[in-house]
Amino acid sequence: MQDFAAEISDAMLLILQGDAELWAIVLLSLRVSLLAVLVSAVIGMPLGAALAVGRFPGRRAVIVLLNALMGLPPVVVGLLVYLMLSRSGPLGVLELLYTPTAMIIAQVVLVSPIIAALTRQVVEMLAEEYSEQLRSLGVSRLASVPVLLWDARLALITALLAGFGRAIAEVGAVIIVGGNINHVTRVMTTTIALETSKGNLALALALGVILIGIAVAVNALVSALSLRAEQEGLTHA
Amino acid sequence: MRDLALEPLAGLEVRDIRIGRNGGTLLNVPHLMLDGPGPTLILGPNGAGKSLLLRCLHGLIAPDVGQVLQDGMPLGARQKAQQAMVFQQPVLLRRSVAGNLDFVLRRQGLNRTARRARIETLLQEGGLTAKARQSARSLSGGEAQRLAILRALATGPEILFLDEPTSALDPAATQTIERMVLHASAQGVRIVMVTHDIGQARRLAADVVMMQGGRVVEHGPASEVLDTPRSQAAQLYLAGGLII
Repeated sequence: MQDFAAEISDAMLLILQGDAELWAIVLLSLRVSLLAVLVSAVIGMPLGAALAVGRFPGRRAVIVLLNALMGLPPVVVGLLVYLMLSRSGPLGVLELLYTPTAMIIAQVVLVSPIIAALTRQVVEMLAEEYSEQLRSLGVSRLASVPVLLWDARLALITALLAGFGRAIAEVGAVIIVGGNINHVTRVMTTTIALETSKGNLALALALGVILIGIAVAVNALVSALSLRAEQEGLTHA
Repeated sequence: MRDLALEPLAGLEVRDIRIGRNGGTLLNVPHLMLDGPGPTLILGPNGAGKSLLLRCLHGLIAPDVGQVLQDGMPLGARQKAQQAMVFQQPVLLRRSVAGNLDFVLRRQGLNRTARRARIETLLQEGGLTAKARQSARSLSGGEAQRLAILRALATGPEILFLDEPTSALDPAATQTIERMVLHASAQGVRIVMVTHDIGQARRLAADVVMMQGGRVVEHGPASEVLDTPRSQAAQLYLAGGLII
């Protein structure tokens, strides 16, 4: 018990003293996950909006598939991205394996379906409400996409935060494609896994506290935005 | 800008339109000509096909057969661009009051200065100047409907369709909406409005279209249709009888 208290005390000291190694890991985690969410938003939002307003054969099947992809197992994604980026893989020539870029790619594969599926839900609900009005104003189906995305902005930010939550807390995929290399690809989650196994609980605990802090902050923001979106008559429930 | 008040109103003609679902007839109008001088009010009980007819006239619903003509021409993109519609429940964009007007003015290609001036004029007309920056979703029912009408008028329509715009409003808010409708009519905009309210038809209509069971049972000057209805359905409806 005394040891545990001492580890927590050491962990707090690491955070408060601004330990360089600890904050470098935190910053790398944030950089990787934020970039992954940004790329996922560029892919997922137009895709989700197109699915919401588009009408084509097999649309329902695509939506079911997209929803299923939200629950992709991270280790499987890690394995697939690893195979793509490995020396003998189709993208091996890019030499991206064990780099932050590889981790971003893996997180994009995990987060894009989440953002696309949530965007589809939100935009479809709004499109239903706006449909006749926009047609009356002469707005074509294609031209309605940016209108719907803009008017659903609060709910879409919530979708982005949900994606960020998934990315920052992810460990299975990034440890496979990143390799957990010190000062290169070591992020919060992979460091926690490694340091715990080595018995260095202070650093693991410090990162755990920061990770939980980020998760709480993200959820508080999601909650506040959801409330605001509800007041605006728009939730993605 | 064209002075619509000096030009004859755009005319609408219905030629044998029919809409059916599941073996039943929802709308069956062999012929209807709306070319009179003033507001046309469409009256009738629930399920009479009033809103369906309005949507056909505006091109939101294509009839199974038949066609709608505007000034002798079939409804195309050009004709639809000269029309606007206000719905029973105003659908306002999740933007500010001014942002809702700016949306349609921007689509007309007006520059920032012209848009600002036009928005200011429209807001004054609708008594919404003080609420310009407020979220449109926070407006009261009457204010929201006023904004919906202003936004429709901002498109510069020759024909304005209104689908029971005052059905959920109190008398004061209804009076304001009716003033706006009459003002638009005086400016040369053809008004085609659906209502349940016989009193409203008396206050606004130059001509009345009476509908029942998807058919037009009577169409003529408001004084004739409302005071001396020929059809039994119109007589019963105007007498306040239950039409089932």
